[in-house]
Amino acid sequence: MAIYSASLPKSVGRELPKADAASLEFEDIQHFLIHRSPALAARYEFLTFRKPAPGRAWLRTMTEKVTTAAAVRSGQLNTRWVTVALNWNGIRALGLNDHSLASFPEEFRQGMATRAEVLGMTGANHPEHWKGGLASADLHAIVILFARDVPERERCRVEHEKFLSQCQGVEVLSSLDLEAIPPFDYAHEHFGYRDRLSQPAIEGTGEEPMPGSGPAIKAGEFFLGYPDEEGLSAEGPKPEILSRNGSYLAYLMMEEHVGAFRDFLRQHGETQDEQELVAAKLMGRWRSGAPLVLTPEKDDPKLAGDYQRTNDFDFGKMDPHGYACPLGAHIRRMNPRDTAANMNRRKMIRRGGTYGPPLPEGVPEDGRERGIAAFVGCASLVRQFEFAMNVWANDPNFHELGNERDPIVGTQDGTFDMTIPKRPIRKKVKGLPAFTTIRGGAYFFLPGIKALRYLASLT
Amino acid sequence: MAATVIETPSTRKEKVRDWTKPAAMAIPKEGYFSVKNGRYGPLYPRTPACHGFTIIAKIKPGREETIRAYGKTIETAIADMPDALATLKLHYLRWVLFDIGKDTYFMYQGIFDTDFDKYTEDAVALFKKVGVNTVFENLEGFPEDWKTNVPAFVKFVREHQCPSFLEYGEYPYETADEIKKALQLKAKFSEMLDLMQ
Repeated sequence: MAIYSASLPKSVGRELPKADAASLEFEDIQHFLIHRSPALAARYEFLTFRKPAPGRAWLRTMTEKVTTAAAVRSGQLNTRWVTVALNWNGIRALGLNDHSLASFPEEFRQGMATRAEVLGMTGANHPEHWKGGLASADLHAIVILFARDVPERERCRVEHEKFLSQCQGVEVLSSLDLEAIPPFDYAHEHFGYRDRLSQPAIEGTGEEPMPGSGPAIKAGEFFLGYPDEEGLSAEGPKPEILSRNGSYLAYLMMEEHVGAFRDFLRQHGETQDEQELVAAKLMGRWRSGAPLVLTPEKDDPKLAGDYQRTNDFDFGKMDPHGYACPLGAHIRRMNPRDTAANMNRRKMIRRGGTYGPPLPEGVPEDGRERGIAAFVGCASLVRQFEFAMNVWANDPNFHELGNERDPIVGTQDGTFDMTIPKRPIRKKVKGLPAFTTIRGGAYFFLPGIKALRYLASLT
Repeated sequence: MAATVIETPSTRKEKVRDWTKPAAMAIPKEGYFSVKNGRYGPLYPRTPACHGFTIIAKIKPGREETIRAYGKTIETAIADMPDALATLKLHYLRWVLFDIGKDTYFMYQGIFDTDFDKYTEDAVALFKKVGVNTVFENLEGFPEDWKTNVPAFVKFVREHQCPSFLEYGEYPYETADEIKKALQLKAKFSEMLDLMQ
């Protein structure tokens, strides 16, 4: 899962490489999916519009605070980055006409809570257990704040609180504060896995893809109104001003049961090295981030942080039977590389961070809430995000494994297994416990700036 | 081997399957025992004849020969690229043209290992690559914007799908991959025995 980095990337303070300036409209695209902000803190506020007019007034003001991709690419130093997105109920609450509302894709209109079964979110992950009003019909919008540090986040929180107190009819349903957890030398989550080692490069941004990632992906796979990997521009919602430069976001709040995870490692490994190997087999990378395919027997933290090498591997040619990286490991499910068809149509952009206090090593489970709250960005929720959840994460028969789901993000209820190929005889862990629980989720539309202004000026 | 228990209203998880005994399954009119939703609509259960669909659609008048010509197109495509349809995990395909009164109908029957809902987009992409797409364009009611509108393509398939009410399998539930593996093993084993002479 994605975390924000602790150190400022080299791009801050100087202009990013010249892209094909004629293509992507950076001044109209929100920064969120194009740029990773060097934020150490964040806050998500989930809002409801009690009436259309106040909702639109709020949106009118917020639109001018939204950080565009152009603002970030100009090299100016920012201390905060603002993103606004709406779900279908929210767009309806602002007063968009029925004809336009009906032109949004089916899965977006239904909302993630209604699609829970499709996504495999059953049992403890089912929306009936979700928090913060995310499964309620009142959820309309999200404001995502990334901040340079906690004091800046708090300053912005107070500023928004003051503004909201003047907006009769716009209320906060719930909110979530996020912070990077130590150590701060690289982004990681509560289980200790390094994150953000594999991400698609968007064609037209000038970003170079990492070796092993294949070529840059066409912008239309993430932003509406541009040609996608099929060379066509998929139909977006009407009118065009509403869909152009927009994207869809799938939000997931995932609690991480660190105590249960560490117990599992101890149960299946006697020494520290053995436990690290168990952790690596579940994920597909060592916790340092080094990929098992490149270093199957021992960890290699230097390799992990070397962007020229850490993503330069495949599965079909280098590890067809899963002796290095098990067939059902998390990274192999989330990106099957050369073992799946049409991979260029299955790429997604991840953003997000950790919430809750870290649990230091050696400290028993304290029951406090901690986890990750992340977004998956794409141009088609059903084709990209839902496919990954339905076909890769939660299909027990992925790779003909028979009774296995993703060990980290799949819905685990104690009845699924995990096969670890070994010579001569494979190892099969039976009854994998749930290391995570989904506490909330939603589908949002991330409009372009003109689209936000269009919605704010509806009558 | 234990008795097979496949998706029925009272069981949620598929249990051990027994390929040693042929099996038949009667299926309700809708094509499924209980509603389980995939990304594009209700899912159909795996039967002793695995997964599949039977699409029946009226052809546009005068298109019969055009459609028949696809027999040769596909034959050539597969001869050139035997693995062209690998993504669909097919066992068998049957394409049929038949008359009812003055109208001609096209039937597309496929038996495969993965439920159609999962690999819909891959199937559409594959059709374009192999040249199957244009067969569908000769059918009445096929959406003109199917290339950019996968949900419309899926809607057409689901609307013209006729679920079976009975399916039989001689070696029930076994996937094409498993069968091929078994055949390969047999061939290698025979070779090994020969070498030991």
